[in-house]
Amino acid sequence: MSALDRKLRRDVCRLWVQITAISLVMACGVATIILALGAYRSLSETRSAFYDRYRFATAFAGLNRAPLSLREPILQIPGVRSVELRIVKPFIIDIEGMSEPGTGIAVSIPDTQPAVNRLYLRSGRWPDSGRAGEVAVLESFALAHGLQPGDRFSVLLNGKRQTLTLTAIVLSPEYVYAIGPGDMVPDPRRFAVIFMPRSAMAAVHDMEGAFNDIALRLQPGVLLNDVSMALDAILKPYGGTGTIDRSQQTSHAFLDNELMQLRAMAAVVPPIFLLLSAFLVNMVLTRLIALEREQIGLMKAVGYGSIAIGWHFTKLTLVIAVLGILIGFLFGNVLGRGMTRLYASFYSFPFLVFSDSMDLYAVAGAFSVSAALAGSVRAIVGVLRLTPAVAMLPPQPVGYRSFLGRGVTRHISQLNLMAIRHLLRWPLRAAMTAFGTSLAVGLLITALFTYDSVAFMIDTVFFRTERQDATVMLSEAAGPGALSSLRRLPGVMRAEPYRSTLVVLRRDHRARRLSITSIAVNADLFRPLDKKMNVTIIPPVGLLISERVAALLELKSGDMVEVELLDFGGRRVSVSVSAVIESYVGLAVFMSPEALDRLIGDGPRISGARLALDVAQLPQFYHAVKATPGIGAIALQRVSHAHFRETIENNIFIMTSVYVALAVIITFGVVYNTARIHLSERARELASLRVLGFSRSEASGVLLTEIIVLIAIAQPVGWLLGTGFAWSVVRGFESDLFRIPFVIERATYAKSSLIVVTVAAISALIVRRRVDRLDLVRVLKTRE
Amino acid sequence: MIEPLCRAAQGGAASSSPSGSREGGAAQPILRAERLTKIYRSGDVDVAALRAVDFSFCRGEIVVLLGPSGSGKSTFLNLVGGLDRASSGKAWFGNLDLTACSERKLTRFRRDHVGFVFQFYNLIPSLTASENVALVTDIAKDPMDPAEALARVGLNERLDHFPAQLSGGEQQRVAIARAIAKRPEIMLCDEPTGALDSRTGIVVLEALIRVNAELGTTIAIITHNAAIRQIADRVVTFRDGRIAEEATNTQRLPPHAVSW
Ligand SMILES: Nc1ncnc2c1ncn2[C@@H]1O[C@H](COP(=O)(O)OP(=O)(O)O)[C@@H](O)[C@H]1O
Ligand SMILES: [Mg+2]
Repeated sequence: MSALDRKLRRDVCRLWVQITAISLVMACGVATIILALGAYRSLSETRSAFYDRYRFATAFAGLNRAPLSLREPILQIPGVRSVELRIVKPFIIDIEGMSEPGTGIAVSIPDTQPAVNRLYLRSGRWPDSGRAGEVAVLESFALAHGLQPGDRFSVLLNGKRQTLTLTAIVLSPEYVYAIGPGDMVPDPRRFAVIFMPRSAMAAVHDMEGAFNDIALRLQPGVLLNDVSMALDAILKPYGGTGTIDRSQQTSHAFLDNELMQLRAMAAVVPPIFLLLSAFLVNMVLTRLIALEREQIGLMKAVGYGSIAIGWHFTKLTLVIAVLGILIGFLFGNVLGRGMTRLYASFYSFPFLVFSDSMDLYAVAGAFSVSAALAGSVRAIVGVLRLTPAVAMLPPQPVGYRSFLGRGVTRHISQLNLMAIRHLLRWPLRAAMTAFGTSLAVGLLITALFTYDSVAFMIDTVFFRTERQDATVMLSEAAGPGALSSLRRLPGVMRAEPYRSTLVVLRRDHRARRLSITSIAVNADLFRPLDKKMNVTIIPPVGLLISERVAALLELKSGDMVEVELLDFGGRRVSVSVSAVIESYVGLAVFMSPEALDRLIGDGPRISGARLALDVAQLPQFYHAVKATPGIGAIALQRVSHAHFRETIENNIFIMTSVYVALAVIITFGVVYNTARIHLSERARELASLRVLGFSRSEASGVLLTEIIVLIAIAQPVGWLLGTGFAWSVVRGFESDLFRIPFVIERATYAKSSLIVVTVAAISALIVRRRVDRLDLVRVLKTRE
Repeated sequence: MIEPLCRAAQGGAASSSPSGSREGGAAQPILRAERLTKIYRSGDVDVAALRAVDFSFCRGEIVVLLGPSGSGKSTFLNLVGGLDRASSGKAWFGNLDLTACSERKLTRFRRDHVGFVFQFYNLIPSLTASENVALVTDIAKDPMDPAEALARVGLNERLDHFPAQLSGGEQQRVAIARAIAKRPEIMLCDEPTGALDSRTGIVVLEALIRVNAELGTTIAIITHNAAIRQIADRVVTFRDGRIAEEATNTQRLPPHAVSW
């Protein structure tokens, strides 16, 4: 081993805490690259492979009822590649071991794999249309109930109790993310998708020779717009409600949303860590080289070339980078696997493995080495430039300037003056330290604000808006008489009817497909809130639209908007917007029942009712629902809220833990290194103070003052950053599916600061112990 | 009991103290060491830096400490100045047993009674000349004005300069001003002229002599330069951690008269 390498080894041993601290920051960058990119790739590659192999539809259309003979005309539409004409109907689950009624979707399947949306057979065999009641069941539901091929369970199909036999456990590209009505997160226990031979399905629903749903695949390169006109024209006589593309399909839209967030994370988080580690490398290396000026001069004097010496320091940089990369690989892999496991619990793919291909590591490694080298460049160029003669001269005292007038400095103690001037002497370094610390604060706010946001959402959605215990949806809209039968169900204390109809809201070239739902003027169970979070009065005419809809269609209250009634032959009417309201779930648009009935013009009708239930009679209620024909689906808000809470709290907890760890690492890395460098630069001054009769705490106080000033500056900056991050998270989540409210409690700012200040204090105190142990005699005897 | 005799100092302010001679009444020693010993342990090698040294500094005198490098001079001053702890033996400042002092008391002792001057000045680069002095006057009991302290070393014009803007000699004089500003009883100077050329060195020594004359401060100066012995009242020579020789000058020469 060469003498220089031996020196390198000793430097590494001596500086190991600092090196580790930097490596950890770098490791966060590496880990987040691997985590975000790896998870993104896993999800997107798995999704496209699944979509491809199992022929996920590119477009969907719903209708009332049409004859199967439409297949030919549909296939004739230029651009259509294949089509599947299906019967899709909701049903009520009545399964042993679950007292609540669940809701399911039954989809008809041909005798062999369908042309579109094929099923992945996890186990069992294809249901035989010759045998009564055989079905394939979506894996998530089967797992939640421990169902195996051969098991039987009962459902209420079209109001008729059926005992079904599970022959296959399957996955479908259409239901990767399977979420039931009224749920905010998937609850596989209460939501089922069953695939039933078309003959059996037709028999139950009186749909022989007919279908009510289309899934189709377009030829590559064909745009949906070219096809949908022709398709809509064909379906219109049959109650077609318009063609939608994948982006409006629930499962696909959720996956898209997730992928978008991962991409945003990959673009934002790793660069922050790499920037910080570059700064730390720069700071530590610059100091090390300053300390070793004379040695460098000597080495040059005895004939070592600049390149050899530059390479020596580059190697030290590489040690930091390699250490960071290794730790980052490890954690990135662990986190990536964890994330993928989490995904696997929400998204059902035949297989979802963490895609940790070599190139991912190569990319992460290359970025990190580049960041480290970029950080070291200035310091190393300084080494190359140093001439031996200059290097051997004793360094001049560092030049300071008086930034403040005498009038000001008179009022500041000399010790504080030392601290302030030292900070101002290297403003960029001070700024970077404060910035790094503020990033930690910001990161914590970003993580912790989700608690506030979710708590707020739970309060507004669960306790102030959707106050019903359950919502029943009738299989078909019915006259007002249907309400009294719902009221008679046991345990129903209050029932508020609603009507819901599928429409396209259109304004100029902007359009959105959504449902208008009615709310009675005296409604108590469901009360939309205005933007000030007050209960809105339902206007006698006009629409209440959610902020998201207002933004998408550029509408404000008083505007006119065109409503295309999809359930009623696409008739178009113009309606005014009465008010814009707050809503976090879906694309909410409301109207008074009278106004909606007038708009549609077929007299009073109800689609379902929101119910307040007597908890004591829940079992009877559940039992009765399972026995009531005419109920198409049921959402149990109380149950789904509880489930939402549990799931989201678990997720937030995981996320927060990761973020807290990242913030702790940043704070420690930045503050510890800065404090060490400050100490190294000022050991002599602090020793002088001790000689002059200042106590240990007064001497270390100078160092701590600097750190305290930087940490203090970092807090408001961090609050600002955190607020900005949180805002972009809110914006990033915003989709047609849901929004999260932008709410940050003061306590969140306080908690974030508290965590960072605590870690900073610990880091600074570790360094303070070194001040206490300063060997006065030795420090003062050395030249620098 | 070993009670080294102190000659009365010749300096101005101190001349009021009872004059004495070898035969007459002994002056009260201000700082005294008794069998002061320092052993450095590094690994399994023990280095005896100081071996049972007995010595007393008297009020108002100037003592020059000579000796080859490594003979224990700095170790001795550091021990009696409360910068380091003895392995055995005792050091007294008046009635204060330095060797029994807590860290806190030693700090207090340095703050109130001792002024240090080192070879490498040890100024605070972020404080101006007057602020460097004020650093000490802010915490001292009966300090002089920083401007006055700087005037005593001939630096009344450079109060607002930072160390980087001062020459080596000027920096060292700021260090002296900083040391005297608290009116210490004793000043311990470890090679104060070591990093300076002879002309600048003379200016610095003259500043020290003036302090001694005007304030009656006891001054100990370590030097490599044997010629400087002539400015002292007493000259102590260290060798191998012991005092090998001790001499008294009948007459002190002013620094500029010393040939270097
Ligand atoms: N911190 C230390 N550790 C080990 N040995 C030391 C230390 N400081 C001084 N010494 C040793 O003590 C002896 C006396 O040193 P010192 O008092 O500095 O001598 P001088 O000032 O007379 O040149 C020398 O041999 C020196 O090597
Ligand atoms: Mg010495």
